[in-house]
Amino acid sequence: MALDGQKTAYKYIGTTPNRPDGLDKVTGRARYGADISVPGMLHGAVVRSPHAHAKIVKIDATKALAMEGVKAVITRADFPEGLEGEDWDLQENCMAGEKALYDGHAVAAVAATTPLLARDAAKAIEVTYEILPHVTDVDEAMKEGAPVIREGAADFSVPEGMHPNVVRYFDSGRGDLDKGFAEADLIIERSFTTEAAHQGYIEPHACLGQMGADGRGELWVCTQGHWFMRRMSTAVLGIETTNIRVTPSEIGGGFGGKTTIFIEPLSLALSRKAGGKPVKMVMSRNEVLRATGPTASASMDVKMGMTKDGRITAAHGTFRMQGGAFAGAPVDVTTMLAFANYDIEHVHHIGYDVITNRPRQAAYRAPGAPMAAFATESVIDELCRELGLDPIDTRLKNAAKEGTRATFGPKYGPIGFVETLEAAKAHPNYSEPLGPNQGRGVASGYWMNWGGETSASVAISEDGSVTVSVGTPDIGGSRASMALMAAEAFGIPYENVRVNISDTGALGVNEPTHGSRATYASGLATIRAAEECIGKMCKRAADKWGIDPEAVVWEDGCAKPSGPNAGEFPPMTIAEIAGEMGGTGGPISGHYEDSPAGFSGSFGTHVVDVEVDPETGRTTILRYLVVQDAGKAIHPAYVEGQFQGGAAQGIGWALNEEYVYGPDGRLQNPVFLDYRVPVASDLPMIDTVIVEVPNPGHPYGVRGVGETGITPPLPAVANAVRDATGKRICKLPLRPSRVLAAIQGKEV
Amino acid sequence: MSKRIHVSTKVNGDEADFLCDPRETLLDCLRDHLGVMGVKEGCGTGDCGACSVTMDGRLVCSCLVLGVEAEGKEIGTVEGMADGEVLHPLQRKFIEHAALQCGICTPGILVAAKNLLERNPDPTETELRYWLAGNLCRCTGYDKIIRAVMDAAAEMREAS
Repeated sequence: MALDGQKTAYKYIGTTPNRPDGLDKVTGRARYGADISVPGMLHGAVVRSPHAHAKIVKIDATKALAMEGVKAVITRADFPEGLEGEDWDLQENCMAGEKALYDGHAVAAVAATTPLLARDAAKAIEVTYEILPHVTDVDEAMKEGAPVIREGAADFSVPEGMHPNVVRYFDSGRGDLDKGFAEADLIIERSFTTEAAHQGYIEPHACLGQMGADGRGELWVCTQGHWFMRRMSTAVLGIETTNIRVTPSEIGGGFGGKTTIFIEPLSLALSRKAGGKPVKMVMSRNEVLRATGPTASASMDVKMGMTKDGRITAAHGTFRMQGGAFAGAPVDVTTMLAFANYDIEHVHHIGYDVITNRPRQAAYRAPGAPMAAFATESVIDELCRELGLDPIDTRLKNAAKEGTRATFGPKYGPIGFVETLEAAKAHPNYSEPLGPNQGRGVASGYWMNWGGETSASVAISEDGSVTVSVGTPDIGGSRASMALMAAEAFGIPYENVRVNISDTGALGVNEPTHGSRATYASGLATIRAAEECIGKMCKRAADKWGIDPEAVVWEDGCAKPSGPNAGEFPPMTIAEIAGEMGGTGGPISGHYEDSPAGFSGSFGTHVVDVEVDPETGRTTILRYLVVQDAGKAIHPAYVEGQFQGGAAQGIGWALNEEYVYGPDGRLQNPVFLDYRVPVASDLPMIDTVIVEVPNPGHPYGVRGVGETGITPPLPAVANAVRDATGKRICKLPLRPSRVLAAIQGKEV
Repeated sequence: MSKRIHVSTKVNGDEADFLCDPRETLLDCLRDHLGVMGVKEGCGTGDCGACSVTMDGRLVCSCLVLGVEAEGKEIGTVEGMADGEVLHPLQRKFIEHAALQCGICTPGILVAAKNLLERNPDPTETELRYWLAGNLCRCTGYDKIIRAVMDAAAEMREAS
């Protein structure tokens, strides 16, 4: 028996059963990061720098430690010295050393018997700062004379003569740009900016850490990846990785922002210093916005050439991004994906990763891709307008397809970009009539997806039901997808599968739920582990029947003789085999681990209609269509959910969301009232079309779908506003004041 | 440390007493003193609605109410929505419509939606979107939430 090769007919895949964690989540029983308390628990609070850039002269905790109920105070002096590279960056970001590098940077932490007392004690810790000049803007930070965040932060890639704040440099391309631009009938070049946006998960970071004087302990935490959490936290504390067992809570949103550490090593260090008492730490929203990782802000110049009939002849992009006080702005991805939708012979990308006095950026859904898409897809829209071409037909003419050599190097396998464009063109939204002050925008986007380290187990229970153990936290319904894939593999009802997210003690290393990888990679591992179980069950049946295991097939949840030559035996159900497994060789389970490389990217095309109020500049989204390739939608309702959620976040980034820094380098809007994410009344229903061009690298054809959806909205909305107002605005967000200024002919 | 104050209240119909610091919010008291963990903190400033509860039938952000204000009041939370093992139609429709992804905003949205349907059993989509404008969801784009509430409202109208 074997289930190798790709299935095309499914019994469970593609259905939409209720998610297994639904009941807990609608009754308030689901336990998130802040929802666990244990006896003897202390509460932690963090002292944060109010300055964008300052030398830490002195930290005096005398008054705090004198308060009754205050059990421990930690500073950087409580962490080991001598860390290097990323480990040093993590440690420096979790707790400032010689300097505070941004408004909100942690400088000390305290543990006390109540949350209020911990906050009072934090206020009683006196920190003396020597304020230094600061810079928060990417273009300013590259200029001669800009304050130096940190000498020696640049790596080998940076050419000589650049400001020390430029820490990484990327340069890639192919062909002959001069030749390509010479072939063009029209060349358009524009400069663009996008602002830092926050993932905006509704659950603030929270954890409960316990560690004894022996450096061993446990961590309960909301995270996208508990092995990452374990490795990073232990590295920062200078202890062996396996000393800490990490259990993930339910997670209240992450979108990339919960793939790294902030308060977790602080809770462990406080616990150790407080004699091993567990320490709970919960961030406030102010802390989340000031001190966790928003995405990078960008400044970009993009130049593209096109023939009269719509062929892109050449493309050049320069991308400057700041990701806070540490290297890591995703400009490498930006340069890689800037023109990846299209088949372009002559292409060149340059990227600068710049450090500033802002919080260390973290991944945010398709990190680096939305900014590039904003620039590239806006220029293409402008080319189409000037040449009188249809934006979808023009994209079809240039679309990457199977066999196209991607602008970042490799040849694409089977991909579904053309199919998304055709479906968008055929959708009724694309021909809906528009009224005055209304406009339509089209844009496409891409995310390459990821495999990553993956370890999963499947165990058969005594009654024939099945337990699946995976290491990727369920952030958007992945337990339902895993259960569907296991049900399909075994041929047993969905309800007979239970999926657990295991802790770090139960499986090998798993990367986080990131890179749109969970349904692809943990799903693949679940199917392979199920197949191992099936092989063992076929063997048990063969032994009982006294025939060769090769003469047994698995169908519809039963072992069956593979034909008349194998002998006449009634099928054995999974329950029958499981019921006697104790006497036929012991427990039956399967395991699979890999860093699967068969992931394949997902293309999407969005069409948006807007109305712009000419008196206020306010943009209203009238209609929104997401078309995206899912490879194979395991649970279509949750695939639609990813499309809709990605679109909503992209709309927020396009219209309202931005980090606003004052002249003092302090974040001006660290509250949801002013950091304005879309609310229900801002949005219409979000229409979706799921395209399915199967990925040959997954048994059921799955492509990750989580990230692509945030990429097209930035340019799609900007193109629609251009269509409605006649004004091309190259800066995001398109807040009413900016759009109004553009309508009035003022500089924006 | 301020002197603790004794508060007697009712949560989901049951009498509940707690001692609190006068600075503590109703949200803090529900979670830390009474173990009502379905009430979530997303912002602490009344902007996200994750801590939505009813107080004497009025929808409030429990982070904007002091614990001491609960004295003599009746508090309603998501934990009080189901009738034993029978879910409220809103709860059932949220599961059926895949109207939650991470689920952290779900308790607050359910409490807010139930409060709306008690006032207006037949809201338009626009009325519903404005009523829920104080409840942030970052995962779903609201589409399936709106559909779930409209469907639950229709079912409740038919049943009444």
